Amino acid sequence: MGTKVKKMMFILSKANIDNAYAAFIMANGARMEGIEAEIFFTFFGLEAIQKKKMDHLHVATVGNPAMHMPTMIGGLPGMEALATKMMKKEMEKLDMPPVSEFIEILSDSGCKLWACKLAYEMFHLKEDDLIDELDGILTVGDFYNRADQDGCQIVFI
Amino acid sequence: MKKVIAQTEIDVNEEGYLTDFSQWTKEIGTEIANEHNIEMTDSHWQVVDWIQNKVNEGVALSIRGIKKSGVIDIKQFYALFPGGPLKVSTKIAGVPKPKSCI
Repeated sequence: MGTKVKKMMFILSKANIDNAYAAFIMANGARMEGIEAEIFFTFFGLEAIQKKKMDHLHVATVGNPAMHMPTMIGGLPGMEALATKMMKKEMEKLDMPPVSEFIEILSDSGCKLWACKLAYEMFHLKEDDLIDELDGILTVGDFYNRADQDGCQIVFI
Repeated sequence: MKKVIAQTEIDVNEEGYLTDFSQWTKEIGTEIANEHNIEMTDSHWQVVDWIQNKVNEGVALSIRGIKKSGVIDIKQFYALFPGGPLKVSTKIAGVPKPKSCI
């Protein structure tokens, strides 16, 4: 009995707050079940591990059909900030931590946190820009090599 | 479901969690811990106490709650209860398995 999943490996490529939380909650959920977890932050996903940006991720109000508002209204100044504020309030009610605290929890829980080398170079980032909890900067190949046992799952978010 | 632990018959659900906290004793907690290859120490009992108090107060358990508990930090929590710390520690504490995703 029990799950056959041994390691969950997430690739976070977006900086929308909902995408980031999906990765965090699933990675944390894995650790809580005794499953190994890793997150590879690439492209805009790197925003979630930049000290200055991580706590200012937004929900997208434009191009997001789930917002149920006309695109033009979603594009009005302040709309995205308002929607984000409302969502953060709801998340706080459910005791969901802010991004920086979530990263700390994940790291303490043994979840590995990796930055994508190519995206890191593309955005001209410096190590100082990234969180202290980062486990390293990897190539795609390095990341695949970490799927080194049966029961590894790679999920792209 | 009935189960005999530490020479006592107790009621558990299909996952082995006690369904009636009044049946819980430290001996039962110790025995459940042994089933998970955990040897109970003072630090383990501190966490179990904290969990029982929180459940008693009606507070939903989460990993963030553990972080704020002041009893233990998350690294220690994982080290003390390997293989899913909240899942294992609540089972030892004789309280229901937490339903939260965080």
